[in-house]
Amino acid sequence: MNLAVSIALSHLSSHRRQTLVSLLGITLGVAFFMAVTSLMQGSDADFIRRLVDGSPHVTVYDEYREPRPQPVFEAYANATVELRSLKPRTEVRGIRQYKEKLEFIASLPHVRVAPALQGQAIVTFAGKDLGATINGVVPDLMRRVSTIDEHFIEGSLESLAANPDGIVLGSGLAEKFRVGMGKNVTVASPVGVVRTMKVVGLFRTGNAPIDESQAYVLLKRSQNLLNRPNAANRFILQLDDPYEAPEAAKVVEAAVGYKAQSWQEASQDLISLLKVRRIIMNSVVSAILIVASFGIYNVISTVVLEKTRDIAIMKSVGFHARAILLIFLIEGAIVGAIGSVFGVALGLSMMEALASVQIKTPFNTEPTYIPLDWGWSPIVMGIGFAMASALAAAYLPARKGASVHPVDILRGAA
Amino acid sequence: MSAVLRAEGLTRVLPGDVPVTLVEDITLEIEEGEFVAIMGPSGSGKSSLLYLLGLLDMPTGGKILLNGKDTQGLSEDELADVRLRQLGFVFQFHFLLGEFSALDNVLLPVRKLGLLPEKEAVDRGLELLGALGLADQAKKLPGQMSGGQRQRVAVARALANDPLILFADEPTGALDTKSSENLRTIFGDLSRNQKRTIVTVTHDPSFAKAADRVLFLVDGKLQPPERAADLFAVSVR
Ligand SMILES: Nc1ncnc2c1ncn2[C@@H]1O[C@H](COP(=O)(O)OP(=O)(O)O)[C@@H](O)[C@H]1O
Ligand SMILES: [Mg+2]
Repeated sequence: MNLAVSIALSHLSSHRRQTLVSLLGITLGVAFFMAVTSLMQGSDADFIRRLVDGSPHVTVYDEYREPRPQPVFEAYANATVELRSLKPRTEVRGIRQYKEKLEFIASLPHVRVAPALQGQAIVTFAGKDLGATINGVVPDLMRRVSTIDEHFIEGSLESLAANPDGIVLGSGLAEKFRVGMGKNVTVASPVGVVRTMKVVGLFRTGNAPIDESQAYVLLKRSQNLLNRPNAANRFILQLDDPYEAPEAAKVVEAAVGYKAQSWQEASQDLISLLKVRRIIMNSVVSAILIVASFGIYNVISTVVLEKTRDIAIMKSVGFHARAILLIFLIEGAIVGAIGSVFGVALGLSMMEALASVQIKTPFNTEPTYIPLDWGWSPIVMGIGFAMASALAAAYLPARKGASVHPVDILRGAA
Repeated sequence: MSAVLRAEGLTRVLPGDVPVTLVEDITLEIEEGEFVAIMGPSGSGKSSLLYLLGLLDMPTGGKILLNGKDTQGLSEDELADVRLRQLGFVFQFHFLLGEFSALDNVLLPVRKLGLLPEKEAVDRGLELLGALGLADQAKKLPGQMSGGQRQRVAVARALANDPLILFADEPTGALDTKSSENLRTIFGDLSRNQKRTIVTVTHDPSFAKAADRVLFLVDGKLQPPERAADLFAVSVR
C-alpha cells in the first residue's frame, strides 16, 4: 500500500470514534443532499412538464410585438408639425393569409402546428347564461399539438369531426350549467350569430380557470359564429424539444411577422420563481454538507495536534512539508469517500421512501406521487460537494501540520 | 583530506526580544569512519549543535559542508532529501510511529525513498532488526516493547537507508544500565566493524570512551582539545 495512505489510515484508526462520527456526518450530509436535490430537480421537472404540457410550446397571436406606426407617421417620419385627429387605420383582426403561413410553419423540422380561431361567446342552457372562450380547432391538427386528448372525461376531439354542430365543454363549465353529454346548448357570439350546439365531449385539465371557461368547436363553426370566414387568430405550435421554443418562436416571428410567444416567455414569472427556489434549496443542502464537514475538520485537527511528534519524526526522516499535507488531505478524502458511499446508499433508500409516499388532494381522485429526479446529477453533485467540503475541511489543519518544525518538537521533548 | 562533514564558524541565535545564542562560532571536521562524542553540561548547546550538523536546523551564521558540498542555500525540501538519503537520527526518547510495527518503523525511510522493491525492503528491515537482536520483535508495536528495544528499533531505522553519518542525541539518556550497555556495544560495533561515521551527544563517560574523539561544549562554545581532555577526565571521575 502507498506509504502516505497507510499513515493516513493509521491516524484515522487511532481516532476511531471521532472518525466514525465525522463519517456519519458526511453520510447524512450526502444522503440529505441527494434526496433534497433529487426532490427539487424532480419537482422542477414535473412543474415544467405540467407547464409545457398544459400550454402550447409556442403560440402565434394575431398581434404585433411593436404596435405598427400609423401611415401618416411613416409618410412624414421627420415631420416638425404634428397632425392630430387623424382617423387611425383599422387593423384587420386575425392572421392574414393564415393558410400560407401555416404551411410555412408546418414545413419547419421538428415542429407541428395547428390553427385556431378563438373568441368570446355566451353559452346558454336552461335559462342560465355564462361567458366562455370558444376555440375553433381542426381536431386532427389540434390533437398533435396539445395534450387536450388526455384530459377528456367523456367523448373526444374526434367527436367534433363526427358531429359538426358539436361542442366540447370544460368540466367546470358543464357543472355550472349542470349539463351532460348529448344535451343542446345555445351559443351566441358578440356579432349576433346564435347557434344550437350539442355537447359531445367533456374534459378536465385540473386547472380550474381553464375547465370553467374553455370550450372547443370545429374551426369552421367558430368562423361562422364569429363571422370571420377563412380566418384564424392563433397558431399553436408543438416542438419535439420544448426547450427549443424560444429559438423556434424567433424564427417563426421573423418569418410570419406576428408575435410568436414561447412558453418560457409566457411563464417568465414562474420560471424565475423556480430559479429563486432552486437557489434557496441549494444553499440549504450545501449548508448541511458544510456542517457535516466540521466533523472532518475536528478529527484532522485533533490528529494534527496529537501527532506533532509523528510529524517531527517524518520530517526529520526526510518527508517534505507537501508530503505531510498530502497525508492529512488523504485522511479527509478517505472520510469523504467512505461517507459518500454510505451516503449514496442511504440517500437512495430515502428517495425510495419518498417515492412511495402518496399525495391526495380532496379534489383529485387519482393518486399522485412525489416527483423525484432519478438521474445521476443528484448523486454526482452530492459526492462532488462532499469531497470538496471534506478536502476543504482537512486543508486547514493539514497546512498547520505541514508547517511543524521538527526541531521545535525535539527541543520540547528533550 | 576525507572530511565527511565540515562546519565553519557555525552560529545559531534564536531571534526574539532577548536573542538566545545556542551555539557560537563552531568549526570542526568529522572524518569518514570516525566516531565522535559530544559532551558538555546540560544546556551547553549539544543538541542544538547536533540539529545543525544533521541539517535539521539552519545556522544563523557559518556553513556546513557535507562531503565537500556546501549545504548553504538549500531549500527545506532539498535539506529533507539530503536527510533522507544521507543522514540517520536517533534521539533520546524513542521517536517511533506508535501505530506502526517495529518493521514498518524501520522501513519508513526506505519506503519513503522508494528505491527498493517492497520484498527487498522487507528483507533489509528484517536483517537490520536481526543484527540488533530484534528478529522476533518485527511485528510488535512500540508500545509492546521495552525502552531498550525501542531505541534499537530507532537505530535500525536510522541505518535503514545506509546513511553517510549516524547522529544520536543522548541515545542512552532514558535507558537503564543494562540497556545502555547493550546500546553502547551496538555503537562500538557499528563504528569498529561497519566503519560507520557516528556523531553522538552523550552524558555517559563510558559511552564517550568508546569514541575516537570527544568534543566538549561549554556555553555553546567548543573547547580546545587540551581543555576537552581535562574536562573529560573530570567527568569520568
Ligand atoms: N526555544 C528556546 N528558547 C529559548 N532558549 C532555548 C530554546 N531551546 C533551547 N534553549 C536554550 O538553549 C541552550 C542550549 O540548549 P540545548 O542545545 O538543548 O543544550 P543541551 O542539549 O546541551 O542540553 C539551553 O540553555 C536552552 O535552555
Ligand atoms: Mg540536549
